[in-house]
Amino acid sequence: RRAAVAVGGAVAVTAVCAFADVKGRPREDFCVLQHSNRRIQYSNYDSSYRICVITLAEAHPLLQNGKAIKSINYQISANCSRLQNKVSGKSKRVWPGAQFLTEFAPLCRISSSDGEEYTIYSCIRGRLIEVNENILNNPSILQEKPSTEGYIAVVLPKFEESKSITQGLLTQKEYEEVLLKRLNSS
Amino acid sequence: MSSLKEKDRPIVQLLLNTGTCPRCIFRFCCVGSQAPYKRPYKDLMKELKEFLKKNPEEDGIVCFEVPDPPCKRIRLENTEEGPDDLNQNGVLEQIPLVNEDNTALESSAVKVCSVCLGILQEFCEVDFVKKVCQKVKSADYQFTSFVFSVSLPPQLSVREVSVYNILGYLNAEKLGLSLAKDDIVQLKEAYKWIIHPQLSEELGVPADGKSLFEVSVVFAHPETDEECHFLARACPDCFKPAKNKQSVFTRMAVIKALEKIKEEDFCKHFSCPPSSPKNYCVALEIQCSNSAVFVAGKYNKYSRNLPQTPWIIDGERKLESSVEELISEHLMAEFKADSFNFSSSGREDVDVRTLGNGRPFAIELVNPRRIHFTTEEMKGLQQTINNSSDKIQVRDLQLVTRSAIGHMKEGEEGKTKTYSALVWTDKAIQKEDIAFLDDLKELNLDQKTPLRVLHRRPLAVRQRIIHTMESEYIDEHHFRLRLKTQAGTYIKEFVHGDFGRTKPNIGSLLNRTADILELDVESVDVDWPPALDN
Repeated sequence: RRAAVAVGGAVAVTAVCAFADVKGRPREDFCVLQHSNRRIQYSNYDSSYRICVITLAEAHPLLQNGKAIKSINYQISANCSRLQNKVSGKSKRVWPGAQFLTEFAPLCRISSSDGEEYTIYSCIRGRLIEVNENILNNPSILQEKPSTEGYIAVVLPKFEESKSITQGLLTQKEYEEVLLKRLNSS
Repeated sequence: MSSLKEKDRPIVQLLLNTGTCPRCIFRFCCVGSQAPYKRPYKDLMKELKEFLKKNPEEDGIVCFEVPDPPCKRIRLENTEEGPDDLNQNGVLEQIPLVNEDNTALESSAVKVCSVCLGILQEFCEVDFVKKVCQKVKSADYQFTSFVFSVSLPPQLSVREVSVYNILGYLNAEKLGLSLAKDDIVQLKEAYKWIIHPQLSEELGVPADGKSLFEVSVVFAHPETDEECHFLARACPDCFKPAKNKQSVFTRMAVIKALEKIKEEDFCKHFSCPPSSPKNYCVALEIQCSNSAVFVAGKYNKYSRNLPQTPWIIDGERKLESSVEELISEHLMAEFKADSFNFSSSGREDVDVRTLGNGRPFAIELVNPRRIHFTTEEMKGLQQTINNSSDKIQVRDLQLVTRSAIGHMKEGEEGKTKTYSALVWTDKAIQKEDIAFLDDLKELNLDQKTPLRVLHRRPLAVRQRIIHTMESEYIDEHHFRLRLKTQAGTYIKEFVHGDFGRTKPNIGSLLNRTADILELDVESVDVDWPPALDN
């Protein structure tokens, strides 16, 4: 996709991990892009933290031809809106106000014009840093550039879990095999 | 004895009886000139006794009358002591030093002073001076003056107050004079009067309070360490819980408590006059140190694989060396310092080069043995650094003051920087497609905290300005972009857009996906340190 492995491109991606058929729903796949922090170095602390960006994977129904997005909602329950995530404040390391997510914590719900509703899940454990408000204003970005400007959310795993966070997920290769399997079985 | 007056007689008598050394006696008699203290100990002892003998009134009288000091009264009430503790005069003493004819007890060994614990005795002598100077010489420091700092055990302050209490009472009753505390010569001051000239002569340089070279001695007297403890019961709020398991009874805390405690309470718990110790103080440590020196300059970085500070994770080095090590290594060796602190006006990523005149930096060299370097020597040092590595180069290397470092950091906000970036685009570009970038002036950016630093910076939106740009077409997927930006602008994110979190970005401006392949810092517009003709 990129001509060269850039100098710390947008996210110097080393791990593209997929979460396929989430909650048993066919083809509802997600991608977790993880920053390698390989190129920049300010401290040893930096090199251990691996921030993650949650996106839709290419096979997700919302990214298939003919799907039109009707609405995107970050209000996932009566008491919880992902838009009201507190990340300001003095503590940089701990983000005490940020919402803590588990793998199946819903990030947002997206409904398409054909009446379907899809829930986007966190896929990893960590603190919610931000959800992408750009897709609220402009849902088409989600479909046009799902892996960059159309990302869903940014999540920061716990320091200790930084490296193990993607263990339960599929590598790029493994995901491609899943896609191949689906193709062959249909 | 010309320094002592008649009015001092009772003080001299009392203090001599209670095991106080001649110099401390002078202190309590408010002898303010230095000369008497410098005279040899034996001479002082002799003359004190003669002074006492001279009193025509004395003539065999055992001792003059001393009205009961409050501490003695209280003790009598408690009837803890037996009759042996009081001499004929009812003055409470710990050592029976007084004979019938009122001369101090002659003894071959010098008794340890009950007030200074030997500081104004043994530690004024030639042997100690020689010991200190030997330590200084072997430490091999470069210095042109010295400051001698002395750390005294806190119980000295307690003993001082104990004597003061006795005397205060004595003078008030006997002579109707009030003993002004401020006129009493401080122990440290007297000590320095005596020892500075001796040290100065031996080391060949003057004593100077502002000197950068410090010789410090820590004295301790373990035998009496517990003497301060009663203060904790009397004034508990003066003693905060100990940090680092060190004693709570610091000098400052003890002095504070002594100011607070009432005379009666003091005398309840501490003998006035103080007891005679068996041992002298010991000099625990004799240490030398030089104040830090500061070396400043500008560095260029030519490697795309060099961190600014050492990159070590779990004891493993991720990348060899660092900017600070390459510069500091030689400085450390030449200045013979213990350690260094490196700081610079901003910093660049591992993979970014710093070109142009370079980035200002300053290195603090801690406890250097050598401090004098001529301009020529500094130039030589610069050359040595530059010869040792092609990854970095330094210029304008010079010694600066600590305050000058502020110049480096201040106004960092207002400074501009220029960069050169190699940009890649996914879709093809022609020369015309990028020409418009040159016309964009004062372009306002909204930059959300880049993903790559989000773990240690708060999430925020920063407004930054790209002042000017200059594009240079290379081929259908590459061009070079020169930018002049406001300080604090994230260049990489301006090019690739950081998931759309920096707006506008090169990608959005060109309506393509862009990425940055190379970045160079062309100039850091800070005119410090002053340029030298290299």
